[in-house]
Amino acid sequence: MGFEKFGRKSFTAITKTAKFVDLLTEGKIEGTVCKDCGAKFFPPRADCAKCFSKNMDWFEMPKKGKLETFTTAYYAPLGFEADPPYTMGVVDFGSGLKLFARVAKEIKPEEVKVGMDVSTRPLKYDDGQLSFEVIKA
Amino acid sequence: MKEVAIIGVGQTAFVRGYEGSIRELAFDAFREAMQDAGITQKDVDASIFCSAPEYDKQRSPAGVLAEYLGLIPQPTLYVETVCSSSSTGIKVAYGMIKSGLHDVVVVLGFQKMSEISSAESQERMGRGSDIQWEAPFGTMMPAYYALYAQAYMSKHGLTHDDLMNVRIKSSTYGVINDRAVYRKPVKPGDFKQGDPEAKMAGPVAWPLRVGDCCANADGSSCIILANAEKAKALSKKPVWVLGIGAASEAVNMAARPDFTRGLSVGYAAAAQAYKMAGITGKDVKVAEVHDCFTIAEIMAYEGLGFAPMGEGKQLINEKATYKEGKIPVNVDGGLLSKGHPIGATGGSQIRTIVLQLRGEAGSMQVAGEPDIGLVHNIGGVGLYGNVTIFGRD
Repeated sequence: MGFEKFGRKSFTAITKTAKFVDLLTEGKIEGTVCKDCGAKFFPPRADCAKCFSKNMDWFEMPKKGKLETFTTAYYAPLGFEADPPYTMGVVDFGSGLKLFARVAKEIKPEEVKVGMDVSTRPLKYDDGQLSFEVIKA
Repeated sequence: MKEVAIIGVGQTAFVRGYEGSIRELAFDAFREAMQDAGITQKDVDASIFCSAPEYDKQRSPAGVLAEYLGLIPQPTLYVETVCSSSSTGIKVAYGMIKSGLHDVVVVLGFQKMSEISSAESQERMGRGSDIQWEAPFGTMMPAYYALYAQAYMSKHGLTHDDLMNVRIKSSTYGVINDRAVYRKPVKPGDFKQGDPEAKMAGPVAWPLRVGDCCANADGSSCIILANAEKAKALSKKPVWVLGIGAASEAVNMAARPDFTRGLSVGYAAAAQAYKMAGITGKDVKVAEVHDCFTIAEIMAYEGLGFAPMGEGKQLINEKATYKEGKIPVNVDGGLLSKGHPIGATGGSQIRTIVLQLRGEAGSMQVAGEPDIGLVHNIGGVGLYGNVTIFGRD
């Protein structure tokens, strides 16, 4: 339990990576790292497909990245109707780590550019849901 | 390599709100394909049903549909790779026939999307992505393809007018295809930003506009495959499966290597299919590509080797992919005009290519008696990729 708190609306209640949500409440956005082979994963995984280890640790994601691409949604799926327009994008931190999230509302759609320097921060919605978002660097 | 052939094809009109149940929808394409092949159910050894399951109340549709089509007690099964389900069905059927297990196999793709509302449909399609880590942000299919469009447009200088030209080509053929859901002509003024009368201009998931997106539809398609012996005995114009390629890719956008290069599965599936068929993109005379969004057609040109990386726009702007061009693409209107009843789409693309190779495509027929045709069918946002190559005697 616990993972139903993730995101604007979660579709998953139980996962071995539910600690991710607890870490968000502590202000941390973390991925998992395999203790046996060192492979890093974001989004987090409970199992290493590279060496079959289940021995995972958490690591804090980098703070500085570049916005690789983005889109602004003017329509939303069921359960998200109150939100449009909202912008979502992919952040590339280099060294193989990337992250997908919404871009913070404070950044106007016309300010968002491919390649811009960005960072990320945890986010708590009014209804208590926990997420993370892309902010200006 | 002429070991497995298509001996019959059928497709319903793709419509908004089919007046019947899924078994009746399936029957309409099946009937046309069986009459096309000139065979009866006793000639069929097995059936494969293909759709995206979350639209149906019916659990395990294969047995139910097989019974309604008169295909019991032969074996039947269900295959799913979302939007490319029926191309995957063709691959499975090819394997069954090539292995000698069966001589004649029916592949039937269907989807009744109007069972649920458009918003519910968007939610289900969004859930074709990573439901644990991405759907909680409110993702949907146009937004995913928009991520590719944004990166591609930034890097390669592709413009909104280039994307518009894909839709205008599509509508040119949608107008003359009586199986298409969208049959009105589209003109540049329909994309004029800020004009309330411009029905294609509104943003959906920027940079994609209404006119950049295909429509939901109800429909079914049916392809009948046979081994060489049966094909020669039963068919005057067998169309041979010459090459098959298929690939998969990470579902989460955070695991995608490069958004400026198009879909990796398109390249991987094309390379396999070309190798198996012993041809290159230059040998293809007519193609159907997965244009669920306008950007997807441009990316497909490059993935299939019709244009170098970043130069796909030149093909559309020079009208090279029109019926009279050097490589006609989607001259039946594609997904953009025909509509995209998910499980039925691949079979519809294959039907178009089979009719082209037989010289039976009517007003959509490509001149010069095309001998090699290609179908490019993507599932999800490049989660699955399928390329199938066909040839005639």
